[in-house]
Amino acid sequence: MGAVTLASFQGLNGVHLLATTLPDALVFAVAAVMVLAGAIGVVVSRNPVHSALMLVLTLFGVAVEFVAQDAQFLAAVQVIVYAGAIVVLFLFVITLLGVDNPENLKEEPLRFQRPLALALAGAGATGMLLLGWGAKWTTGAQSVVGQARGHGPNVSVLGRVVFTTYLLPFEATSLLLVIAVVGAVMLVRHRGDAGADRSVRESAPALEESPGVVQQDPQRETDESDQVPAGGPRATDQAQRKNAQTNGGEPAS
Amino acid sequence: MSVDGGWYLTLAAVLFVIGAFGLLVRRNVLVMFMCVELMLNAANLTFVTFSRMLNDIGGQAAVFFVLVVAAAEVVVGLGIIVAVHRHRPSATADDLHVLEH
Repeated sequence: MGAVTLASFQGLNGVHLLATTLPDALVFAVAAVMVLAGAIGVVVSRNPVHSALMLVLTLFGVAVEFVAQDAQFLAAVQVIVYAGAIVVLFLFVITLLGVDNPENLKEEPLRFQRPLALALAGAGATGMLLLGWGAKWTTGAQSVVGQARGHGPNVSVLGRVVFTTYLLPFEATSLLLVIAVVGAVMLVRHRGDAGADRSVRESAPALEESPGVVQQDPQRETDESDQVPAGGPRATDQAQRKNAQTNGGEPAS
Repeated sequence: MSVDGGWYLTLAAVLFVIGAFGLLVRRNVLVMFMCVELMLNAANLTFVTFSRMLNDIGGQAAVFFVLVVAAAEVVVGLGIIVAVHRHRPSATADDLHVLEH
């Protein structure tokens, strides 16, 4: 097995990791350690905030691996979109919902869940690694879309492909993003909120209370506090619910 | 001489498996979402590695679209989590059977 492993890791140019130049090998190794440590940290952290910060470590490591493989534009986008937007969104939601109390990882609500998950993950890893070691990945096939190297800088090559070959999918992503934004607004909106336009106009100071996705919550409250006689009981109901949110976070059972 | 692609593919496979394991084990919905992000990143790393090995820019274009889809997925998923937490705070993944009724 060891001989097979080494032989198939020789790959394109017949070199091992140790045969590469030292800076390249060092960059790969350090970034790989960052990626794996961050990933394990995401899984084993008891506090969701720590998980989010560990996720940042993994994303930076993956960005470094992108740079090491001549994908500079994607590395920048990875840092901006993932670490700059997605993780911040995660942190907003964590702090907004107050779910940052540590989870007890010792107890195991479902019996055999962890051994089964470990067995499944191990089987998956073994299958993938065996496939990778046994296969000849580079068969000399011609590039389908365009060559990655030798036609100018990475950004211009990628931009040319995205705006010619992949123009229709690119337009479809704009549609997807619009649908996602509308869907997120619809999801966090309260039902029966008829005067949405009016509440947006009137509750501008209340927006400062809650940054992030749930901007409809304070709007609804001010909307109801405007019409106290009609919405009195519901407003108190909502206040109670909000108290429960800030106090809560314990497992329900 | 840059590092051979097999090492990158191995790293991506291990990253994917760690993400899948976390998704199966953890009960906090937010952490489960982060594990999905780990798996998406493993797929992205595989795309970029093959893009380099085959000298084909199409792999990097695929990563571009995966990033967009991941952003949209996170926005909608976190919206669902916020909407669920509004009705039942402290809900873990075990309690989420609200869609049944």
